[in-house]
Amino acid sequence: MAEHLISLFIKAIFVENMALAFFLGMCTFLALSKKMEAAIGLGVAVVFVLAITVPVNQVIYNGILREGALDWAGFPNVDLSFLGLLTYIGVIAALVQILEMILDKYFPALYNALGVFLPLITVNCAILGASLFMVERDYTFGESAVYGVGAGMGFALAIIALAGIREKLKYSDVPEGLRGLGITFITVGLMSLGFMSFSGISL
Amino acid sequence: MSEVSAKKVLLDPIFNNNPIALQILGICSALAVTTSLQLSIVMGLAVIFVCGLSNLSVSLIRKHIPSNIRIIVQMTIIASLVIVVDEVLKAFAYELSKQLSVFVGLIITNCIVLGRAEAFAMQNPPMMSFVDGVGNGAGYAAILLAVALIRELFGAGKLFGVEVMPTVANGGWYEPNGLLLLAPSAFFIIGFLIWGLRAWKTDQVEPADYKMAAHKVKEAF
Repeated sequence: MAEHLISLFIKAIFVENMALAFFLGMCTFLALSKKMEAAIGLGVAVVFVLAITVPVNQVIYNGILREGALDWAGFPNVDLSFLGLLTYIGVIAALVQILEMILDKYFPALYNALGVFLPLITVNCAILGASLFMVERDYTFGESAVYGVGAGMGFALAIIALAGIREKLKYSDVPEGLRGLGITFITVGLMSLGFMSFSGISL
Repeated sequence: MSEVSAKKVLLDPIFNNNPIALQILGICSALAVTTSLQLSIVMGLAVIFVCGLSNLSVSLIRKHIPSNIRIIVQMTIIASLVIVVDEVLKAFAYELSKQLSVFVGLIITNCIVLGRAEAFAMQNPPMMSFVDGVGNGAGYAAILLAVALIRELFGAGKLFGVEVMPTVANGGWYEPNGLLLLAPSAFFIIGFLIWGLRAWKTDQVEPADYKMAAHKVKEAF
């Protein structure tokens, strides 16, 4: 069991990297990777939010939305899974809001460090994507918790690495049309090529 | 913005102000579905549908939405439209919806849709907003189709699943380039597309962060 979870964790970070293999969270990935500090802030925020939202959505899906899940309430034939998308995005928005209030009250230093990134990641595809993958792959509660942390760390790793590269890149002489967005895409492509060498790894 | 013509609103986002190439929006869900033309067309149509109708509905009720909860209202409208698309696909094209997997759901967090609802539909009348939504959806679909065309044609020698260039494995002459079907190639292709677009429309070139200084002293060369 433990081996299975460790394998899932490694897989979520390296093999199925949210940003580099599934293109999720690209908007923020490209927009906020210019500065190292911003990248670290966003990375930490994503790990935090994914670690909480994926398991919570797992409980909601299996306890309420899934076909026949409302058996305990006396509705054995109800299938609410079409409400899934609406529910997940609501849960994510609500949890981010709550997390923000808690951090503001009890961990002001961390709250200030995360700043604007926390509310911003409500609309990050990586967050919603992780919940959808969890449903599609039918993870148990433990698996979804591990998957959430792993996927978040994979995203953080990728964005911090890209920020490091871009900080150096701005001193280089790039052809005119490629400047900015174009060269960033090609850099990400090369990183993604590098990460592909992890595919096939399993413990 | 009253004298802006409908044609300009519709066509501008396709070349001059493309949501993917210039505004860096909505790349998230764009790249993964571009391995085949068929999937990209479905995805493109879905985004045009959602973007157009969400702009229309947000614009219709824009005077009644309290501004502090507007994001939630917009999100709910978009999510409902995406659910409609998802259910329709599941009902009439189950195989396709399996292949698109989570990416139809991810239209919700596609920044283009929310971005247009927030930036355009909140200030403009319904018809114009609808056209703007369709235009931006079409700009997104155009990039998607261009990438998918390159990836499917050279990656598998096929278009719409029909073999165009007979591959070596089937006794033909074309050796398919498998890399084009993998994730990194999508980044490269988009990077080069942006390069091409900016070489054509030079006003889109970004200013450099640092300028190379010219050589002032004769150095060792």
